Amino acid sequence: MPTALLVPNLTWRIEPVGDRCLIIRLGDQVDIDVSQTVHAVAARLMHAALPGVIDLVPAFTTVAVHYRASARPVTNGSVCKQLKRDIDALLAAGVPALPPSTRVVDIPACYGGEYGPDLEDVAAQCGLSPDETIRRHSQSRQFVYTFFFAPSNPFAGPVDASLHVPRRRTPRTRLPAGSVGIANGISTIYQNDSPGGWNIIARTPWNLFDARQDPPTRLQLGDQLRFVPISPERFAELLEPRA
Amino acid sequence: MTHLMHVDQPGMFSLVQDLGRYGWQRFGVPANGAMDERAHRIANALVGNDDDAATLECTLTGPTLHFARNTLIALSGADMVVTADGKRVPMNRAVMLRRGVVLAFGACRRGTRTYLAVRGGIDTDPVMGSRSTFVRGAYGGVEGRALRRGDRVPVATPQEDQLPLDRMLVQSGMPFVEAGAVELPAVASGNAVDSAPIRFMRGPQWRKFSLAARQAFVRQPFVISTQSDRMGYRLEGPELALKQPLEMISEACDFGTVQVPPSGSPIVLMADRQSAGGYPKIAYVISTDLPLLAQAAPGDSLHFAPVSLRQAELAAAQAEQAFARFRHDAIEAVFSRAPAPR
Repeated sequence: MPTALLVPNLTWRIEPVGDRCLIIRLGDQVDIDVSQTVHAVAARLMHAALPGVIDLVPAFTTVAVHYRASARPVTNGSVCKQLKRDIDALLAAGVPALPPSTRVVDIPACYGGEYGPDLEDVAAQCGLSPDETIRRHSQSRQFVYTFFFAPSNPFAGPVDASLHVPRRRTPRTRLPAGSVGIANGISTIYQNDSPGGWNIIARTPWNLFDARQDPPTRLQLGDQLRFVPISPERFAELLEPRA
Repeated sequence: MTHLMHVDQPGMFSLVQDLGRYGWQRFGVPANGAMDERAHRIANALVGNDDDAATLECTLTGPTLHFARNTLIALSGADMVVTADGKRVPMNRAVMLRRGVVLAFGACRRGTRTYLAVRGGIDTDPVMGSRSTFVRGAYGGVEGRALRRGDRVPVATPQEDQLPLDRMLVQSGMPFVEAGAVELPAVASGNAVDSAPIRFMRGPQWRKFSLAARQAFVRQPFVISTQSDRMGYRLEGPELALKQPLEMISEACDFGTVQVPPSGSPIVLMADRQSAGGYPKIAYVISTDLPLLAQAAPGDSLHFAPVSLRQAELAAAQAEQAFARFRHDAIEAVFSRAPAPR
């Protein structure tokens, strides 16, 4: 039997999130190593299908486990503790490492101007020209850590270290869908017209979500994103409808 | 097989909801689902549906509807004045409504959300395994939106023998006939948000808040702001300050998670919450008390009381046991030939 490669040095901490969810903490910082561990633990739990578990949500450093107590008898003591014991045992037995994803996705992005109203501001904050800012953002390969905020809204990184800016002090009240924002070393792509506090440097014509597909996301956890600068004309040609 | 529910007037904000879209949050897809899961389940149980069957969640006002066939319905949650051909329809009771008779929702006398369950369940197409409507995402329920005038909403029709109530309806000249009363599952501490405290477990950043903030959270009242919706309730009250600013990494939230953004005004995350968030979490409202919040309205005042995880679990287990008894009695009341035992 082939020996599966296990996630090395796995340590974790489990805490309740109310009485219907718990969280497994797997690290303290946002990086690819922690993220790969998070994805591997989520995959292991998905495969285990523990009784009562209704949803598993990997974030940057955590996996949340949503459950319903009715699947487990209360006479066996705290449902949260029962589940914690099951998870402890499962993780202690070793978690198979996921094969590193080799998928690279080239995302067209129109930088600056009305498409990226914060580009010049970000460039000024970083002491770079707008063109150099575009070059450095589009040349970082960014790993998809997690999805949240809206369906299929990705968070990926790391962004080139010279482009680390905090969130905007005053959030914008309305950002068009497709807006590409950066903050704290992470890129995101807004999926709906919505308010937002990130620095918007570009917009992609791609729609990343289709509720009729399974999975409904065009990107996958662990994908490596490359933003490819395009012109406004090309943006118009590539613009996809949002259902 | 389906038949149709015809929408003559839509009401202010009438949404198809079930128990939520779980299993998809890892894609950033929010759970959605009924705000008051308890009332949704009671209405379903009264007509013999599974808990997860889709109901109509009516907020502050309700629709005017009629059905293409005699239909077993039940109303639970906020106390709205609902009539059928002018005759008052009881809340929390299974009712066989005559086809074509107009069911009209009137004033909301207490609470915020009323659930209309129909035997078989509302049968709009599931999206990612759920019929819950997500208005911001424009999917689920009826075209991802609140009901509109003229909508014809499909209702699943179970293949079953004629129900005793249907035979009674045929023999009577009434717009509807009702099943025997069923005692509702007890709520631990009354169901008025003004009187019962909202019980919470301390959140992971509880100790990062100032002593004054922690004391204020348990001692002082909070008022639900007008900027509250299915996504979250903003609370006005004492400002909850951290001891020092925190760098947070976003992580999963749940229904009832109480986040505190830099403004210091807490937000209780509700059914349309995001799957994850990055503000410090001072508390988690226990699942048993979420229906109290769901029935509260902007302007209502509430206060919080701390409990342990074990107390939260026991409250939930007790509520489930009471609900199981209720479901049993509800099924008796509709499906047995004899009137339900009182």
